[in-house]
This record gives sequence, structure tokens and C-alpha cells, in this order.
Amino acid sequence: MVDQLSARERLRSSLRPRATRRQLLTGILCALLGFALVVQVQSRDDASVLETARQSDLIQILDAQTQLADRLEDELADLQDAQGEFLSNDDQQRTAIEQALERRNLLGILAGTLPARGPGVSVVVDDPDGEVTATTMLGAVQELRNAGAEAMQVNDVRVVASTYFADGSGGLVVDGVGISTPYQIDAIGDAETLETAMGIPGGVIDAFAADGVGAGISQRDEVVVDAVRPVETPEFAQPAADS
Amino acid sequence: MIAALGLLVGIGLGLLLQPAVPLWLQPYLPIAVVAALDAVFGGLRALLDGIFDDKVFVVSFLSNVVIAALVVFLGDQLGVGSQLTTGIVVVLGIRIFANAAAIRRHLLGA
Repeated sequence: MVDQLSARERLRSSLRPRATRRQLLTGILCALLGFALVVQVQSRDDASVLETARQSDLIQILDAQTQLADRLEDELADLQDAQGEFLSNDDQQRTAIEQALERRNLLGILAGTLPARGPGVSVVVDDPDGEVTATTMLGAVQELRNAGAEAMQVNDVRVVASTYFADGSGGLVVDGVGISTPYQIDAIGDAETLETAMGIPGGVIDAFAADGVGAGISQRDEVVVDAVRPVETPEFAQPAADS
Repeated sequence: MIAALGLLVGIGLGLLLQPAVPLWLQPYLPIAVVAALDAVFGGLRALLDGIFDDKVFVVSFLSNVVIAALVVFLGDQLGVGSQLTTGIVVVLGIRIFANAAAIRRHLLGA
């Protein structure tokens, strides 16, 4: 008890400031300690978690990061695969669309649903008296078709597979439409071949002459066949199973 | 009294200035702080024992800090820096606890 009291007294007495040189030195050292303590604590606060982590923790963190990176890389590869697939699908689709468009144009020209232009011939039949018969006209069209004409029109009527010619009261009737003279047949195809086919002896020109009318044929760099037919949906025919 | 004031002044300065620890000092500062803490506790105990001597305190404070830093430096050179740091912290920690126990006995009588 005596010891305790004296210890407290000593503590109290030491709290009285005595400005001796040695007391000052002690104070400076304590200040240094406080300063260093705070600086160190704050530098630890600043330091990131990684800097203060133990080695085993660091290894675990590294491991986790590596696994994460692996997973992400796998995901990236998957996504890139998917992207490639989509792109190639896109390409295929685009090719399919292009092919379909091409096919549509081709079929449109053949079926007469699209206007067409290209080199070919124009046959003008000057028939003021209506002496040309449907048979002769049909012969001319057949001959042109045989010679490779790809698209044809007679005056403003497109000639297609189902086209028919008939003799009407005031001239020829094509597909139910009366056409007036002079008749003009525009045909797209190889102009040279078409003209030759028209002019062979006993051919179309001669047939027109036999009917008593003159027919003129001229090659053209660009023949425009702009008469079109409406698209007709077949009523009975169905597409057979696709091959 | 002056020592306690000095401690407060030092803490205040540190908070106020917030200096960055230079890189070369980084491994030694924590160990130096622990060593200084040990010296301060030792000094406090000596004070309560009635055998406090300013000169002894100053010398033990400085030598503690220097030796602790030196040992860690040596450990770094030998490649066992972190282990030696741990060892010094353990030793100084034990001493701090012993001093604290003595102080406690003096002040609380238990």
C-alpha cells in the first residue's frame, strides 16, 4: 500500500512541468514517437488491402483471380464462337436473299411480271388494212422465241407462255386485248440471231409478205419491254416437294 | 508532463502534416515505433519504480530504435527480414506487456 501510494505520488510529481534540458529531450523523443506512430498508422491506412495481406492470402486471391480470368476467357471464346456463327448465318442469309432476288428477277422476266430491257430487235408490221392473221403473228412470236428471245411484247401486251392471238373484227386480239396497227413486236435477245431467224427464206418476213403486208426488222442496242402482267397465283397447281 | 505534451504534439503534427513515408524507411518505421513504445513503457515503469533517469530513457529509446532498425535491415540483407521483424515484434511485445503489468501493479495494486 505504501508502495502504491508512493508510486501515485511519483506519477503526480512527474506531471509537474520542469523545463530541464533532459525533460525537454524526453519530450522531443515522445513527440517523435507520436509523430512516427501516426505517420505509420496513416501509411497503413493508405496502403491497399493487397499490400498488407499475408502471403497465403495473396496466393488465394491470385488463385481466385486466375480462375475468374479463366472463366471469363472461356466466356469470351463462347461469345466469339456465337458471334462467328451469327455472322456466318448472316452471310448465308444474305446470300440466300441475293439468290432469291436474282431468282425473282429471272422468273419475273420469264413470267412477264417485271419490265425488262436489253439488246434485241424490233419488228414493225405495217398493216393498215388488217390483213395479218393471228396465225402469222403467232408464227412470228414462235420464231422469235425459238431464236432465243427472252422477253417480248406486241404493242403494249407482254407475251408470255399463255399468250394467245386471235383475229378480231378490227384487227388482232392478243390475250383479249385488241391491238392496233402498225403492230410492233419488241424482243430482247441476241439481235443478230433474232434478225437472221426473222429473215430466213420462207420465214416470218416471207409469211408477212404472203399475208400482203410489209414487215421491217431493226436491231437495237436497247429494247425496252415494259409491259407487265399481274402475278397470278396458280389455282390448282401446287409446288411438288422440294428436291 | 513535458513527455505527455510532446506525445500529443507529435500526434498532432503527424495528423496535420500527413507526410508520406519514404520508401527506404517503410520496412523500418513500424519496428522503430514498436521499439520506441517499448522504451516509453519501460520509462513509465521506471518512473513509478522511482528509478527514472532521463539519460537512461534517452539512451534506451535511441538504442532500441536503432538496434531494432538495424536488425531488420540485417534480416532484409539475409533474406529473413519478415521473420526477424516478427521476432522483434514478439520480443518487444512481451516486454511491453511485462512493463504494462508492472505499471498496473504500481497504480492499481493488482
